[in-house]
Amino acid sequence: MTEAPSRPVPSAAVREAALVPPVRQASALRAALRTRAQAGIRAFIRAWQRSLQLRVATITLLVTGVAVVVIGVFIVDQVAGGILRAKREAAISQANVGLESARSVLAGIDAGVVADVADAQEQITANLTASGRSAGLFSIAIESGATAFGRGATTEVVPVGLRRLVQQGNLAVQYSPLRGPGTAQRVPGLIVGEPVPARSGLFELYYLFPLTAERQTIALLQRTVLLSGLSLLLLVMAIALLVTRLVVRPVRVAAKTAGRLAAGDLSQRILVHGSDDIARLGRSFNDMAVSLQRQIRRLEDLSRVQRRFTSDVSHELRTPLTTIRMAAELLYANRDDFPPELGRSAELLRAELDRFEALLGELLEISRYDAGVASLESETADIRGVVATTVAGSALLAARHGSEVVVHAPPVAVPVEMDSRRVERILRNLLANALDHGEGRPVEIAIGYDDEAVAITVRDHGIGLRPGDAGLVFNRFWRGDPSRSRLTGGTGLGLAISLEDARLHDGWLQAWGERGNGAQFRLTLPRRAGHTLMSSPLPLAPVGYAGEEEE
Amino acid sequence: MVVVKPRVLVVDDDAALAEMLGIVLRTDGFEPAFVADGSRALQAFRDTKPDVVLLDLMLPGLSGIDVCRAIRAESGTPIIMLTAKSDTVDVVLGLESGADDYVVKPFKPKELVARMRARLRQHEDLASETLTIGPSDAPVSIDVPAHQVLRNGSAIALTPLEFDLLVALARKPRQVFTREVLLEQVWGYRHAADTRLVNVHVQRLRSKVERDPERPEVVLTVRGVGYKAGPP
Repeated sequence: MTEAPSRPVPSAAVREAALVPPVRQASALRAALRTRAQAGIRAFIRAWQRSLQLRVATITLLVTGVAVVVIGVFIVDQVAGGILRAKREAAISQANVGLESARSVLAGIDAGVVADVADAQEQITANLTASGRSAGLFSIAIESGATAFGRGATTEVVPVGLRRLVQQGNLAVQYSPLRGPGTAQRVPGLIVGEPVPARSGLFELYYLFPLTAERQTIALLQRTVLLSGLSLLLLVMAIALLVTRLVVRPVRVAAKTAGRLAAGDLSQRILVHGSDDIARLGRSFNDMAVSLQRQIRRLEDLSRVQRRFTSDVSHELRTPLTTIRMAAELLYANRDDFPPELGRSAELLRAELDRFEALLGELLEISRYDAGVASLESETADIRGVVATTVAGSALLAARHGSEVVVHAPPVAVPVEMDSRRVERILRNLLANALDHGEGRPVEIAIGYDDEAVAITVRDHGIGLRPGDAGLVFNRFWRGDPSRSRLTGGTGLGLAISLEDARLHDGWLQAWGERGNGAQFRLTLPRRAGHTLMSSPLPLAPVGYAGEEEE
Repeated sequence: MVVVKPRVLVVDDDAALAEMLGIVLRTDGFEPAFVADGSRALQAFRDTKPDVVLLDLMLPGLSGIDVCRAIRAESGTPIIMLTAKSDTVDVVLGLESGADDYVVKPFKPKELVARMRARLRQHEDLASETLTIGPSDAPVSIDVPAHQVLRNGSAIALTPLEFDLLVALARKPRQVFTREVLLEQVWGYRHAADTRLVNVHVQRLRSKVERDPERPEVVLTVRGVGYKAGPP
């Protein structure tokens, strides 16, 4: 006895999550993202291939974007460089101006006395500030080789490299961050240092210019350039969209109109405004449509005339033929009263009228196919009934040939959606043909079916067909053996019409034959109207014979 | 006993055909009358009071369809169309306008005469016979020898063909008739013939005997098989 699981089985998702290690979860997430990205890329590629507008807009955006970035960077670089250069020149000239004043103040001061140096610094600051502010705000720091006199941490601020240059007796300039006034925050700055010779040694005088204002100006410039660049980009894209829309819309209208034309609505035209290239396209399109419509109308008229002619010929021929037929019947009925040659003439007249009528009927039928006016009147019926009706209708002919007709029908009804009248005509023709060539031997009819199709084979054991004839038997007025006399007086159109009837049903009608072994014709019909045949339930060649499958 | 020859009105504009028809019909014991113009056909019909009409569909003056309609409007006399086209809308149109049957040119005289005889067939059964079919709340009763159909006490005018069709169905109320069987019993075809004949005349019959021809209660369709009479 097996134990039934009593514990509730955790749901698949929970178990899955518990089993999946974190690494695998991450890789699953990555995979999901990749899939989504791939889907997005595919969607974009599809849209790219489909939409001219998208292509033009994207290309315009890319090209303009690159141009705007290059120009923007260039402008900002140039202007910022210019501003800083001016500041630097102003700072240097300020240092030159202040040199004399600083020299006179510092001349008598001993580098070792801190208080004196601080006084001197204040004195210099006052002097320089009073002399003008052409280079903007600045502060001063005084250092000497041995000591720092600056308040606080001037030495922190002035870079070592600059000091070394100044101590060697040069005027030196360097950009370096400064401590902002009143805050510990560092701001970008420019430092100019100059050596001031004094009695006791060399003082270093540093001018510290904060670059806050310049920095703000440059930032403003960057913002402005960025903003104008973006606006320009948007504007150019809008223009590109608008222009392509102007071009693409008429093209789309033309495409849609062409589609409707192709679907058969020949009265479709494009609305044309103005006289530009687009208008010319529209006008040429309309001209084409007009000419197309005219051609098709002409062909339709021709076809109608043809059909009308066929119909009229039918009527006009049939009325006198009726009179002749009645007269012939009357003569035939009284032939015993005539002298023998007149009696025989009446017989011949009547017999040939039968042939004439049959031929006329089939000519008209085939001309109906040629004119494309034949149509199906399909309804569902049992194929066995149609076969039985055909066999019953041909009983007289079979008796005259001395042939037995054997039907192998399935025991159950085989409903087929078909035009029974046409199918009956096909079978009648096949049966008449088999009896005609069967040389009095039995003719076998078999019915096979599957879910999709039904097949009927008509087999005779007569003289058969020569190699290559299987494809020719359906030709109009084709004669298998011109030297052979025919008993039924077939018109030579029966099989051709049968083939047309089969095709009208989307069916197949094929022939197999071997010299001396008789022939077999196979009709295959789809069981539902409009269904495409893939195979036939019965083989084309009889059992025991090799036959090539060909339509 | 003097046998009264059945009178035939031939409406055809083809003089040769008309003359030939005359010869054949006289040989077969009919008494033919002729009219070649569609517009004079109705007057000729009233004058000759024929037992059967042979009507060509293509006529000068009034078309065969219109002549058919005009005759049918005042009489149930059998009308057989002579047509050159067997599978066109003309046939259906002719049947719908009231023709009982049709023969396709070129026809054999025997075939034509057989069609005419089928339409002229006398009902020899003179024994009293009354049939009732249709829904119980509004049954249709048929007095066969009197050729009378009553619904709620009021008479319904049927053509002889429609009457025959109704009687054929009513005599075996539980039996389903295929179109082929009806063609044989009512029209007298021994071989398969055009089943449109049955369809069109069932429609015409329904339009007269049914309360709502869209939902028939007297003549029922058995899908895929044929027709049967509604339960009495």
